[in-house]
Amino acid sequence: MKKSEILIGLGLALFVAIALSPFASSSPDGLERVAEDHGFLSKATEKPLTPPVIPDYAMPGISSEKLATSAAGFVGTLILYFGGYGMAYLLKSRKNAASDRSPHEA
Amino acid sequence: MHIPDGLLSAPVWAICDVAAAGFVILSVRQCQKHFEEKTVPLTGIMCAFVFAAQMINFPVAGGTSGHLLGGVLSSVFLGPWLGSLVISLVLIVQCFLFQDGGVAVLGANIVNMAVFGTGLGYLIFKLCSSQFSGKTGYFASIAIASWFSVIFASGACALELGFSGTYPALLALKAMLLVHAFIGIGEAIITTFIVSAVLALRPDLAASRPLEASL
Repeated sequence: MKKSEILIGLGLALFVAIALSPFASSSPDGLERVAEDHGFLSKATEKPLTPPVIPDYAMPGISSEKLATSAAGFVGTLILYFGGYGMAYLLKSRKNAASDRSPHEA
Repeated sequence: MHIPDGLLSAPVWAICDVAAAGFVILSVRQCQKHFEEKTVPLTGIMCAFVFAAQMINFPVAGGTSGHLLGGVLSSVFLGPWLGSLVISLVLIVQCFLFQDGGVAVLGANIVNMAVFGTGLGYLIFKLCSSQFSGKTGYFASIAIASWFSVIFASGACALELGFSGTYPALLALKAMLLVHAFIGIGEAIITTFIVSAVLALRPDLAASRPLEASL
């Protein structure tokens, strides 16, 4: 992939996370709806087992709800870009290490 | 359909955690067998995009919303093993950073969305695309597989709720499948749209392209 294509791809993901996320529906999702309608949503644990860094997709310290969501989307998207890139890089380098002695190495 | 902590019993989430860990290890091994250079940035973009898209809940019938799962989307571009790892990584970050999906039930969420949603979704895609020919058949296969990926994931989730004794399995299955039959339509539309848009610009990017002969 060319650098420009990578930037376009990442830019589109950031656009979705920053510009569209504040306008997402806040209705309960499929599972929440079913759990609510059938009376077992209350069984869900309110207190998380590990302290969340950015609870409920709202960046702490930003009072505007929409901006807090955008900021959370921005941070999360970047983390996943680098996380995914890093994961793939590790998969690739370990594969190359295994095939170093291969005469077909191009 | 990220399950929060508290809805599954300890034996169920523990089994799912072990199964998810095993599946992730298997996926890593499979990916190492044949890994293409160009896949590295594409994997980053796919993780970023699936995360971003999962923030966008769209309304479906009756005051309910749904969002993209992205399993068929990522596996069409990256293959089923790397596609599953993309979904798993998204779920891990959502769980620990955003409190979206419980910590103990992380394995269950990976089983539902990365194994059932992505893996079985991709199998449906392969099955359909071997039957339907041409570009139309390819995109129809993507739409059908996307719908089924949401159905499989929600079905697995319902069974886990049933096995946990949270709610009778059959009733949970019926309720979950009904609402996700609608959410799956959104999944099919979004996935088909994105794949067709990307392939129009870079037809070489998909791991499973429309058969060259049929174009």
